[in-house]
Amino acid sequence: MAEVERDLATGVQTTGHEWDGIKELNNPLPRWWLLVFYACVIYGLAYTVFYPAWPSLSGYTKGVLGYNSHADYYTEVAGAAEAKKQFTDRIAAIGVAEIAQDPQLLEFSLAGGQAVFNENCAQCHGVGGQGQRFYPVLADDNWIWGGKLADIEQTVRHGIRHQDDPDTRQAQMLRFGADEILDKAQVTDVTEYVVGLSGGDADAVAAERGAKVFAENCAACHGAGGAGNQELGAPSLVNKIWQFTGDRASFAAQINSPRHGVMPAWQGRLSDDLIKMVTVYVHSLGGGQ
Amino acid sequence: MTQSRAGVMPSYNEQIVRMFTIASMFWGVVGFLVGVVIAFQLAFPALNLGLEWTSFGRLRPLHTSAVIFAFGGNVLLGTSLFVVQRTCRTALFGGPLMAEFLFWGYQLFIVLAASGYVLGITGGTEYSEPEWYTDLWLTLVWVVYLLIFLGTLMKRKEPHIYVANWFYLAFIVTVAMLHIGRNLSMPVSFLGTKSYSLFAGVQDAMLQWWYGHNAVGFFLTAGFLGIMYYFVPKQANRPVYSYRLSIVHFWSLIFLYIWAGPHHLHYTSLPDWTQSLGMVFSIMLWMPSWGGMINGLMTLSGAWDKLRTDPVLRFLVTSIGFYGMSTFEGPVMSIKAVNSLSHYTDWTIGHVHSGALGWVAFVSFGAMYYMVPVLWKRERLYSSRLVEWHFWIATFGIVLYIVSMWISGIMQGLMWRAYDSLGFLQYSFVETVAAMHPYYVVRGFGGVLFLIGALIMTYNLIRTMRGDVRQERSIGSTVAVAQA
Repeated sequence: MAEVERDLATGVQTTGHEWDGIKELNNPLPRWWLLVFYACVIYGLAYTVFYPAWPSLSGYTKGVLGYNSHADYYTEVAGAAEAKKQFTDRIAAIGVAEIAQDPQLLEFSLAGGQAVFNENCAQCHGVGGQGQRFYPVLADDNWIWGGKLADIEQTVRHGIRHQDDPDTRQAQMLRFGADEILDKAQVTDVTEYVVGLSGGDADAVAAERGAKVFAENCAACHGAGGAGNQELGAPSLVNKIWQFTGDRASFAAQINSPRHGVMPAWQGRLSDDLIKMVTVYVHSLGGGQ
Repeated sequence: MTQSRAGVMPSYNEQIVRMFTIASMFWGVVGFLVGVVIAFQLAFPALNLGLEWTSFGRLRPLHTSAVIFAFGGNVLLGTSLFVVQRTCRTALFGGPLMAEFLFWGYQLFIVLAASGYVLGITGGTEYSEPEWYTDLWLTLVWVVYLLIFLGTLMKRKEPHIYVANWFYLAFIVTVAMLHIGRNLSMPVSFLGTKSYSLFAGVQDAMLQWWYGHNAVGFFLTAGFLGIMYYFVPKQANRPVYSYRLSIVHFWSLIFLYIWAGPHHLHYTSLPDWTQSLGMVFSIMLWMPSWGGMINGLMTLSGAWDKLRTDPVLRFLVTSIGFYGMSTFEGPVMSIKAVNSLSHYTDWTIGHVHSGALGWVAFVSFGAMYYMVPVLWKRERLYSSRLVEWHFWIATFGIVLYIVSMWISGIMQGLMWRAYDSLGFLQYSFVETVAAMHPYYVVRGFGGVLFLIGALIMTYNLIRTMRGDVRQERSIGSTVAVAQA
């Protein structure tokens, strides 16, 4: 055998191989490394004794613990439903007004309603019903379709302009400009009137002409003086709360060719008790009537 | 070190390695830049620009493919051809034409894949997004790569095959198998771009993570371990720590890695037995992974003082540190109880990037800093001080990235599972998104720092290629004077 070469810095033998100047030391496997490796292998094999693991042609080893993740899941879901049953059964049996009167059910509904709201409604209406551009605030007392418990429940169940629900909230503002119901001058005048209604800086002469146009064309829905009509989903025009943008150009655009908000119907997507709970929750946000 | 650098045999094909090195620099900067863009898109969605071509969904695969396959791939191809020639003492099999085909063929693959993503042409499965025509082309290119590498090994003038080449070969062979397995699909039409996988449902999911996990295992781990096994001993000018360890950890790594994929599908419709096996194989994989770390770090025994004066070695050693950290974090995250918290959160993103930025990119930077003076026949790098700057800026960037994603990810996981006493979820999804926003901004800045570091490197390497040498005080010179 050739003589053994030793590394000068460490005194360890080399293997005698060399590639492009690289040599290899003949150090043994680090003991701790080997032991931890064995420990991991033993742990791994032991785990497969306790849990489902090794496949065969006809099935797999079930493991001595009888673990089954799907069964666990259904057990947990059933357990959670069971724990809530005392509340949900009663909620199913009575209406939202009664629920709101019962302190226990009210507390439960506010907690559950918040979870439902967070999961399904907050994407548009914001956390806590704070609203965002194009999506109404639910925490104030300015309602388009009504802020009573029954109104809110109706809106949640059937949605707004939801095509597949015959009971959905339905209202269509006419295309006054685009369909030439009003001429250009009339649109300009009535825009000035609407600007003035909410305290904006309107051209007084045009607004006076616009008042007449409004009374003949708009008041039927928005009410005399623009106070709004929740039966028809016609928003109030006398405050400064706007679903779309609240400036002169937007008013003119809306009168010319209106935009309409939509909301899906939740009946069928949420269970009956969840709809009642989220109704009670929305009602509690600050604007409930 | 300088001695072995001087003894270059003229017959080596170095031109092809030079081309791959330049391509690595280019694609690295592109990939990091797109990463920074999409990081800020997540923090500020307006940066999607409202255009389909610049939306996150299309730029994200552009980023992952650019850094993994374009940057990482060019580094792997370039270094492997550099290493295999030198450690076999023979020129490349197949001659310069075959090598040139490999280079241009691979760049064409990158361009085909990338242009597809931006135009919305995608297979839709993570890390294997290229559609069938790109897949077929890559298969051809890869076979040529295998032929060149294997042919060079066969005609070697050394009696044994060096360990770096085992890892490179494992990478080439396994990636071929993964690529073909994952991409078995049927094109919808001959002239159309769309195809459908041969597999469906949970089987397709399992196949996807068999592919996806082993892309990490054999592309980003085995391949880059090949880099480590050559460039760390060369840069440190020390022998490899343990031959036996390299054998044992190589075979245990190769054998165990391939089974660990199901840990990506914990608590899904994947059968429980498959999940169990995925988890235990991941845990058993811990020490085989660390074998590489030990062999890399311990190669410095007797030469630790070089870390003080050699920033290139610092890149290499730090990369091994990140490798060790990621390969510990991985098995931890594969444990089902941990995974139920970490899965689908930013923690995973942080984990991937500690491996990608800390290990893959750093070991690549170290190898490129080593190779460029050798390939362009320069005395030394243009500036070691700039390497030092690159090192610290990039390291700080990585720390910002990982820490912000740990906090953000764990917070996200905890918020998702928070229940009140009545059993109702505590937080809405939008609240978790809002809570993560500051960490997304921090992560973005971490990415900016990493990109700045790469630009410094590019500048330094280009000046080195041109033969410039910066007049500067050498690192640690005051210490050396004091000792003398």
